[in-house]
Amino acid sequence: MNRFSYLRASDVGEVVSALKDAPAAKIIAGGTNLVDLMKYNVERPERLIDITHVEALQEIIEGENGSLRIGALVSNSALAYDARVTERFPLLSSALLAGATPQLRNAATVGGNINQRTRCYYFYDAGTPCNKREPGTGCPAKTGLNRIHAILGQSEACIATHPSDMCVAMAALEAVVHVTGPDGERDIPFADYHRLPGDTPQKDNTLLDGEVVTGITLPASSTQFSANYTYLKLRDRLSYAFALVSVAVALEKEGDTVKRARIALGGVAHKPWRRAEAEALFEGKAADSGLFARVADALIDGARGYEHNAFKIRMAREAIIRALEQASAGTPQSNIDKHIV
Amino acid sequence: MLRNERNFGSPRDRVDGRAKVTGAAQYAAEFNAPDLLHGYVVSSTIAKGRITSIDTQKALDVPGVLKVFTHDNRPATAWFSSSYQDEVAPPGTPFRPLYDEQIYYSGQPIALVVAESFDVARYAASLVEATYEAGAHETDLKLARAAAYVPPKKRQGMKPPASKGDAMAAYAKAPLRIANDYSIANEHHNPMEPHASTVIFEAGGKLTIHDKIQGVMNTQSYVSGVFGLPASDIHVVSPFVGGGFGSGLRPQYQLFLAVMAALDLKRSVRVEMTRDQMFTFTHRPETINTVLLGADKTGRLSALRHQAVAVTSRFEDYQEVVVNWSGILYDAENKQFDYRIAKVDTYTPGDMRAPGAPLGTFAIESAMDELAYAGNIDPLELRLRNYSTRDETTNKEFTSKELRACFQLGAEKFGWSRRSPAPRSMREGRELIGWGMASGCWEAQFSKTSAKAVLTSDGRLEVGTATADIGTGTYTILTQIGADALGLDMEQVTAKLADTTLPKSPVEGGSWTAASAGTAVQMACEALKKTLLQEAQKIEGSPLADAKYEDVVFANGRIAMADDAGRSLDLSDVVRHSGQSEIEEQATAQPDSKVQAQYAAYTHSAVFVEVRVDEQLGLVRIPRIVNAVAAGRIINPKTARSQVTGGTVWGIGMALHEESLTDHNLGRFMNHNLAEYHVPANADIYDIDVIFVPEEDDKVSPIGVKGLGEIGIVATPAAIANAIFHATGKRIRELPITIDKVLREAA
Ligand SMILES: Cc1cc2nc3c(=O)[nH]c(=O)nc-3n(C[C@H](O)[C@H](O)[C@H](O)COP(=O)(O)OP(=O)(O)OC[C@H]3O[C@@H](n4cnc5c(N)ncnc54)[C@H](O)[C@@H]3O)c2cc1C
Ligand code: SF4
Repeated sequence: MNRFSYLRASDVGEVVSALKDAPAAKIIAGGTNLVDLMKYNVERPERLIDITHVEALQEIIEGENGSLRIGALVSNSALAYDARVTERFPLLSSALLAGATPQLRNAATVGGNINQRTRCYYFYDAGTPCNKREPGTGCPAKTGLNRIHAILGQSEACIATHPSDMCVAMAALEAVVHVTGPDGERDIPFADYHRLPGDTPQKDNTLLDGEVVTGITLPASSTQFSANYTYLKLRDRLSYAFALVSVAVALEKEGDTVKRARIALGGVAHKPWRRAEAEALFEGKAADSGLFARVADALIDGARGYEHNAFKIRMAREAIIRALEQASAGTPQSNIDKHIV
Repeated sequence: MLRNERNFGSPRDRVDGRAKVTGAAQYAAEFNAPDLLHGYVVSSTIAKGRITSIDTQKALDVPGVLKVFTHDNRPATAWFSSSYQDEVAPPGTPFRPLYDEQIYYSGQPIALVVAESFDVARYAASLVEATYEAGAHETDLKLARAAAYVPPKKRQGMKPPASKGDAMAAYAKAPLRIANDYSIANEHHNPMEPHASTVIFEAGGKLTIHDKIQGVMNTQSYVSGVFGLPASDIHVVSPFVGGGFGSGLRPQYQLFLAVMAALDLKRSVRVEMTRDQMFTFTHRPETINTVLLGADKTGRLSALRHQAVAVTSRFEDYQEVVVNWSGILYDAENKQFDYRIAKVDTYTPGDMRAPGAPLGTFAIESAMDELAYAGNIDPLELRLRNYSTRDETTNKEFTSKELRACFQLGAEKFGWSRRSPAPRSMREGRELIGWGMASGCWEAQFSKTSAKAVLTSDGRLEVGTATADIGTGTYTILTQIGADALGLDMEQVTAKLADTTLPKSPVEGGSWTAASAGTAVQMACEALKKTLLQEAQKIEGSPLADAKYEDVVFANGRIAMADDAGRSLDLSDVVRHSGQSEIEEQATAQPDSKVQAQYAAYTHSAVFVEVRVDEQLGLVRIPRIVNAVAAGRIINPKTARSQVTGGTVWGIGMALHEESLTDHNLGRFMNHNLAEYHVPANADIYDIDVIFVPEEDDKVSPIGVKGLGEIGIVATPAAIANAIFHATGKRIRELPITIDKVLREAA
């Protein structure tokens, strides 16, 4: 861990100007990811800008027609158990509870969760090469250990995944990310927030230098998914492990037919994985197993595995089908009792 | 003498429980000294080759840094590698930290930065720059096994089992035949407490060392050998160890580095390993078994061949008992055993909970399960048909073997008779249900151990021996034994452990401590009681003046005539009248060589497992396990149950989760943290039922105790794999059985 200076910011303006003054600064929220990375010498910020005392980022604000604006500092636990969230956006609550442990969720924040880094073994080990950590040094995962790596959207430069559960639900719920930077505020649709690695895997997302995430909005239109949803997470043990594959499904049903479907995958790509073509297969059709299989195939079409992760292709397909069954039947996966039915 | 057993055999709370949960118990890195310095280790990033240069200037420029030790500037230590040999070292040349520029494995310590604070040392360590000339390494057993060899020099305690008959010929003729490979991944111990040493530099250059170690004598003799100090100048005190599992049997490099820095700087120094550095010394060796079974149509074995090859380091020939277990469990007319090791570029593997046993047992018990299906015989019945009644591997009788009772009581509790034999024949909802079983054994050892028993003038008893309590409950059982011997309440007894000023003891390992230290304490107490009676009789007008030792009892803090409680003396009065402040006796317990020549002693277990497998998703759950154990007399059913439950949980980890993933291109373990090195989480553990089968054994140890720290894990992985087969019809022969393997096999 390097030496750094520390600033406790009191408002968003102070955060933005501090970021401008010190380009090698880092925002710290819950610290559950950043501090680990500092201990491993992966992140070496000159300055830490502690945003945990910025009042404006702590709130959940009611919007129109049931939409919610969630401050970047709302903890993962507070968000998961907020009555408005469990009622209107239960998919998000479920995904949050599928992640990490109670202790971590108490500390982790919305802004930190969105911006958490990959869990690729090499990225965390400064004694090895890694294009994401040190551009140009290579990607040992491709020919090394790639069990937890991507099967979709990879590049020659990097095959890492985004590890978040929360973000998979937010992608399916079509949240909007609010950011503030030197040029003022802007909104980024969730699907455009994270990016594929391409040849700049060092960049996880489209946040620009000097910008801070102030919150996200869960849109009113996504409250329609509260009856038919599920978050199904498959992992190496029944709790406290990152997803090998996870599936967030949000359906709006009318009788047996599906009016609208949103499906996002976690653990398979550098960002929560959605495909409009796959979702469109649903529109107006009766939900049945044949359709589920076609949707699954469309969603992972073109998937490519490596020595240790090729199993994820089949696993993803099965998981999508199972999740669609759960959501369609209105029997969402419990992320408290981990038993999958 | 009447035997008082108020505590022996009864469930008792841990005497150190309160200290542990309140944080009062001090671990190696929690001892402090004025002006303590902190060392931080810099680790090699290559697996093999040499350091061409190491630039420490930037680190030295950081205010607060005192010195950076490397192979270039380290103080002189012992020249001969044999001086680095510790009590449990395998044959070979022990690793010598900072010895020269050679790199033997990835993660090898190459520098120690010593600073006024931990944070400064850690920061400065990040500024040390090493350049290397890398050599070609090999870490893959599948390739290295081509050069496997029979270790020329056996590790102490390694007994190669005798082969007999012609296993291959018998196999060729057998109507039922099984031949397969069974492999187990490398695993790291990962006790919650990382390794650490706090070395306090006392006036006059003496050292007090708080080391994470399973035996303080081993630390003392290692430091004495390496640094040339008289043992009397090295006081090692390690009262609490936060889990060892074998990783703390041998002194590790943080001890060497902390002592080296303390002697050089003449200051107190602490060196703690980080969690990732916990993957840079010792591990359970990756092992590939090959088992060949031949049997007649009834399942009676005619041929048994068990071969294994395991990794070791370039510098030591680590060995453990892998293949013998099948010969101990089963009779066969023709038997052949073979155990080899193959060198790879890692640190030397080491003992991990029941070293070797769950690996060999996974192989033989999987193969027996395969044989059961091949012969259409109930797996439990097959084991009864091949039940060994004497230990053929050593040609000795068993001191006792209640495995049959384990089978019977375990099967009853589990409901084995309701099992439907065919694979894939039990199902509920989306899950296939599988019932599997396996049996296992582990050596019941007894090691020479000394102990003392002291009665103070306030009537309190202190018992002590140098062995450790690595969390197993040693403090508690020794307190129970002492209390029973002197007829005191447990609250009036204190157990003292893990201090080199206490009577000698070997490391705590091999499940021998309960039997050995327990016997030593019992003997010391007997000696103390005799002395107390003599002292009591010296008192003028003593009511016990003419009593024989056989005629008195020790109860309620008094010595009394057994047949006349009115004739008695208070123990504290006896001490006071003796003119001494306390009365102490010591005793040494030793194995009986006549018994050892004639008998072999083992604990046994039978494990019954139910799994539920969601075949589409590859998920395995284990809703219940019954682990029936025969381990002689149980001193404390409560701590004993914890031991077996913990071993069973670890067995679940070995079966489903644990694996140190190696990048063979880099020659490096890569999942070196507890987020990616998976052990079972609470959600993975459902019902674990432990049964202790009654077993009387007057030969294994004078107190009839066998020890049970290790037996819990031994048969669990095999039973789980067998249950997965019963559920799915898919035989998975590689541990851990991760999701990808369940899916792959199902393809
Ligand atoms: C052992 C372990 C297991 C875990 N398991 C899971 C799991 O199963 N599923 C899962 O989803 N997650 C898991 N996590 C990850 C956890 O969710 C994240 O660490 C957490 O959400 C990060 O939030 P934080 O507030 O602590 O972020 P910090 O560590 O404070 O920050 C993380 C990053 O985000 C940046 N950042 C923080 N806030 C802002 C902001 N407002 N604007 C711009 N940038 C910002 C920081 O600069 C930093 O780069 C696990 C973590 C650990 C340590
Ligand atoms: S997958 Fe990405 S993060 Fe992992 S080693 Fe390759 S470049 Fe680095």
